[in-house]
Amino acid sequence: MSATAVHSLWTTTAAASVNDGIDKIDAPNIEYGQLAPTLIVIGAAVIGVLIEAFVPRKSRYYAQLFVAVVALAAAFAAVVALAAGGYGTTKARIAAMGAIAVDGPALFLQGTILLAGMVAIFTFAERRLDPVAHGNRVDSFVAQAGAVPGSPGEQAATKAGFATTEVFPLALFAIGGMLVFPSANDLLTFFIALEVFSLPLYLLCALARRKRLMSQEAAVKYFLLGAFASAFTLFGIALIYGYAGSVSYGTVAKVVDGTITTVDPALAGTMGNDALLLIGSAMIVMGLLFKVGAVPFHMWTPDVYQGAPTPVTGFMAAATKVAAFGALLRLLYVVLPGLRWDWRPVMYGVAVITMLGGAIVAITQTDIKRLLAYSSIAHAGFILAGVIATTEDGVSSVLFYLGAYSFVTIGAFAVVTLVRDAGGEATHLSKWAGLGRRSPLVAAVFAVFLLAFAGIPLTSGFSGKFAVFKAAAEGGAGALVVVGVISSAIAAFFYIRVIVLMFFSEPKADGPTVAVPSPLTMTAIGVGVAVTLVLGVAPQYFLDLAGQSGVFVR
Amino acid sequence: MDTENLIALLVAAPLLGAAVLLCGGRRLDRVGHWIGTALAAVSFVIGLVLFTDMLGKGAEDRSLHQHLFSWIPVEGFQADVAFQLDQLSVTFVLLISGVGTLIHLYSIGYMEHDERRRRFFGYLNLFLAAMLLLVLADNYLLLYVGWEGVGLASYLLIGFWQHKPSAATAAKKAFLVNRVGDMGLSIAIMLMFTTFGTFAFEPVLEATGETSEGKLTAIGLMLLLAACGKSAQVPLQSWLGDAMEGPTPVSALIHAATMVTAGVYLIVRSGEIFNGAPDAQLAVTVVGAVTLLFGAIVGCAKDDIKKALAGSTMSQIGYMILAAGLGPIGYVFAIMHLVTHGFFKAGLFLGAGSVMHGMNDEVDMRKYGGLRKYMPVTFVTFGLGYLAIIGFPGLSGFFSKDKIIEAAFAKGGTEGWILGSVALLGAAITAYYMTRVMLLTFFGEKRWQPDAEGNAPHPHESPKSMTIPMILLAFGSVFAGGFFSVGDRFMHWLEPVTHHDHGDSPLSAATVTGATMVVLVIGVTLAWLQYGRRPVPVVAPRGSLLTRAARRDLLQDDFNHVVLVRGGEHLTRSLVYVDHTLVDGVVNGTAASVGGLSGRLRKLQNGYARSYAVSMFGGAAVLIAATLLMRAV
Repeated sequence: MSATAVHSLWTTTAAASVNDGIDKIDAPNIEYGQLAPTLIVIGAAVIGVLIEAFVPRKSRYYAQLFVAVVALAAAFAAVVALAAGGYGTTKARIAAMGAIAVDGPALFLQGTILLAGMVAIFTFAERRLDPVAHGNRVDSFVAQAGAVPGSPGEQAATKAGFATTEVFPLALFAIGGMLVFPSANDLLTFFIALEVFSLPLYLLCALARRKRLMSQEAAVKYFLLGAFASAFTLFGIALIYGYAGSVSYGTVAKVVDGTITTVDPALAGTMGNDALLLIGSAMIVMGLLFKVGAVPFHMWTPDVYQGAPTPVTGFMAAATKVAAFGALLRLLYVVLPGLRWDWRPVMYGVAVITMLGGAIVAITQTDIKRLLAYSSIAHAGFILAGVIATTEDGVSSVLFYLGAYSFVTIGAFAVVTLVRDAGGEATHLSKWAGLGRRSPLVAAVFAVFLLAFAGIPLTSGFSGKFAVFKAAAEGGAGALVVVGVISSAIAAFFYIRVIVLMFFSEPKADGPTVAVPSPLTMTAIGVGVAVTLVLGVAPQYFLDLAGQSGVFVR
Repeated sequence: MDTENLIALLVAAPLLGAAVLLCGGRRLDRVGHWIGTALAAVSFVIGLVLFTDMLGKGAEDRSLHQHLFSWIPVEGFQADVAFQLDQLSVTFVLLISGVGTLIHLYSIGYMEHDERRRRFFGYLNLFLAAMLLLVLADNYLLLYVGWEGVGLASYLLIGFWQHKPSAATAAKKAFLVNRVGDMGLSIAIMLMFTTFGTFAFEPVLEATGETSEGKLTAIGLMLLLAACGKSAQVPLQSWLGDAMEGPTPVSALIHAATMVTAGVYLIVRSGEIFNGAPDAQLAVTVVGAVTLLFGAIVGCAKDDIKKALAGSTMSQIGYMILAAGLGPIGYVFAIMHLVTHGFFKAGLFLGAGSVMHGMNDEVDMRKYGGLRKYMPVTFVTFGLGYLAIIGFPGLSGFFSKDKIIEAAFAKGGTEGWILGSVALLGAAITAYYMTRVMLLTFFGEKRWQPDAEGNAPHPHESPKSMTIPMILLAFGSVFAGGFFSVGDRFMHWLEPVTHHDHGDSPLSAATVTGATMVVLVIGVTLAWLQYGRRPVPVVAPRGSLLTRAARRDLLQDDFNHVVLVRGGEHLTRSLVYVDHTLVDGVVNGTAASVGGLSGRLRKLQNGYARSYAVSMFGGAAVLIAATLLMRAV
């Protein structure tokens, strides 16, 4: 090859690439208005990081709390404005160059996540429960995350009045990721959102003030297993790309149902290979089942729920579940409806063992946080029953269930933070004996939450369970409903057992005390009770709202 | 003012009385009985106004309707509070409020020394309101409300002296037995709703023509069950005798004149249903015939004056039920006998109450005797009632009972002969036991003794507030039957509602009347031979097997005990056994196995992240394999 030729090749390529680049790279078209909820929360999280860097230590707590609450309120207002503007129904569309869907389910779930996040932030900010340490009020989080547990450094940090106010921006980042997760409209956005909300959660789990070793162990387990699950998900995404030649939900769906046959000639060897599709989708679904805590991917749940600081547990249990189920719904209803006859039986089996497994193992638990963890596993099974309905009613029933469930969960974990003894929270069930005699109000509130978990009428748990079971039965999964009802009966046993323990047992002499919380936790619990009762007594408005939000944009 | 707007006031007046008296507290103790009596009288006066207004109209315009409000307005299920006043219900209204007012008046004297008199009048007013609601309702559901209401009032009044264990037990018994009948009524109403889609009288009764006989028979039998409970007919008769534990005015009003006739009202009101169901009709006549003999036989053996009268009530209602079961031949006479019976039986009970009032509440007739000298007014009024009930020519009972016996023969065929003969036999027994009551109480030697504390009774005539109602009722006993029968007045009055059919009697009216007279004389003579001619022992002789059985109410309670109570206990015990061993075994076994499973599964949760990861990996493998397998299948 002559030099000229080489040169010409070089220059041609260079010129072509330069010219092509100038011609082809368009400024992406970003609909900032429609993405406002997410942008506000992520922006506030960045501001939170800056506060950590520049605001004096003494003022950080107030500044962080203020920013977080304002951001969540503003983001919720943005969601309401979008919904009022018709983006949930008639104007539903796909924004940000096909990356984000703005539709009914997305807005409903974002609203739920934001409200649940707000309530959770209140419990994060609670500083009146732990005894005052060295003249400083302390919250549930460790003074300095980097200090070795029990070391002089940790004591020095406590003495100096340090506080891990980073939890606020961490929580905001997590919420930001959760907002994107159920509205992601391509597999890459989906994966990035998954990581954006998972990583802060791993960190948050490690930050408990008491029982730090347990907390760190939980965080490590959660991180390792989460990374393992993410690897599966990512591998699944790669396989799907190999099958469809695209990561866009819409395109993959069209390839699955055969509307499009070829996208990229380079992938001609793999495109349309059903093995890739089936294995890939199973792997992605597995990642999601891990996040919602479905059997057999649930084993992290009890350990992490028990070890994490209780406010974080409440937040995770509520918001993560909402986001992950939202993403699962979109994946199954938008990307894989053409594969319905393949995934339905599999999910059917997962739902059955999740409901039964969660309920059965919960019976022998002796720690209240582990008990609630297994309860959350059983509830994941109930929600899966709604997912399996594969009807519009199925979607709206799941949306309603998630909304109802998340407030009960945060409220229940908030009550757990109140019952304390010398070692911090008294989570062993035997300590709760006779609580109803000593603190009738707290015990009564907790009983309301337990009844809601059990699905007793006049609580939101009943309305939600009724909605998903009805949808499942109408969707042709009658046998699943029977299993669901049996699991509910088993689950009712251990919920009622706690109520019996609280109200009909003699209090122990060295029993725990019930701390009087600040208005922050009171608000969190109050909102939980109010939502539980309103959705139980007069659920129609919210059922209608969920019903109107049941259609995915494609 | 339109007269139909008055109908609601009929019910409202005593209801108001009940509310005021029961909620008013102690301060009404001094005037409560007058309030109660006055409001009962208000109902009677309104009833009279409506009655005279009705007389002024043509036969076809006489049915009035008043729609008060919609009770349960659900699509496809319309329950209205609406009233219907026609010839049939106005007859009942006058009987209930008229006799009711008289008995209120009587109770003022009778209950004078009872410190809970205000409450007693409150219950009486409650009863009147419920009973008027029962006969005025224009649909079966509202009728059911009244039906339950009278049951409640009856329960409260039988057990009014609740400090007596016997009264409390009797009240409970009446309530329980009535529940069986009430179940029949509720099932009948449900059947009506599924068959006709409504339970208002008019649409239901008009639609009977297009309904299958099977359904009508089912509804009819359920209505008969209801009637058996309320009207103390075999097999649900056992409560009536014990119900005499209540104060005597209650026995007179509720357990003789009005409430126990509700079953007759129900059957006559539902005549169209029974007309279309001959099998149900046959059952009605059989129940009536059996009960009229049953009650009469029991009445012969009782020494307790009120229980003897209770047996008689049962028997007389048996006549009415028999007549109602004859269909259009008998409806009119059932109601006519009901009204005349209301007069003379209420009078007889009030007379019995008057006797007890003078005899320190002694009820054993063997300890009476010769009372005619001490209680002349009671003797005369009771005597007129006696003549009326045995059917002495010219008195009320003669006309009404005679007609029923004729109608029974007119049923035709073998059935007619059997029913007619039973009715005749019943008339003979009636004459016998009523003569016995009369002779034991008012004739012969005085047989009362000082009791254990040395208090000898001093028989005396009762106060005016008690004798005046007795006198007024005696007028009814004497003249009502004749008044009704002249020119078949009563028949023409009721005919537009119940219709009438003369039937085809194998015997002439004169023959039947003659036969009735013959059996009447036989009955009276037998009683006189046994109780009039020779002294009566104070302690009852042992008597024949039948007598002893009859004294025990023909073993009704023994039968119920052996068959129902023991049977029920056995059933319960075996169910408890099954529950303990099988159900609890399964439940506890399930719980134990779930718990065991839980303990074993819990061990999988060992805390090692590596084993969690393995389980996840295994899960993912299974998930993928299952997904692929689904495609392969």
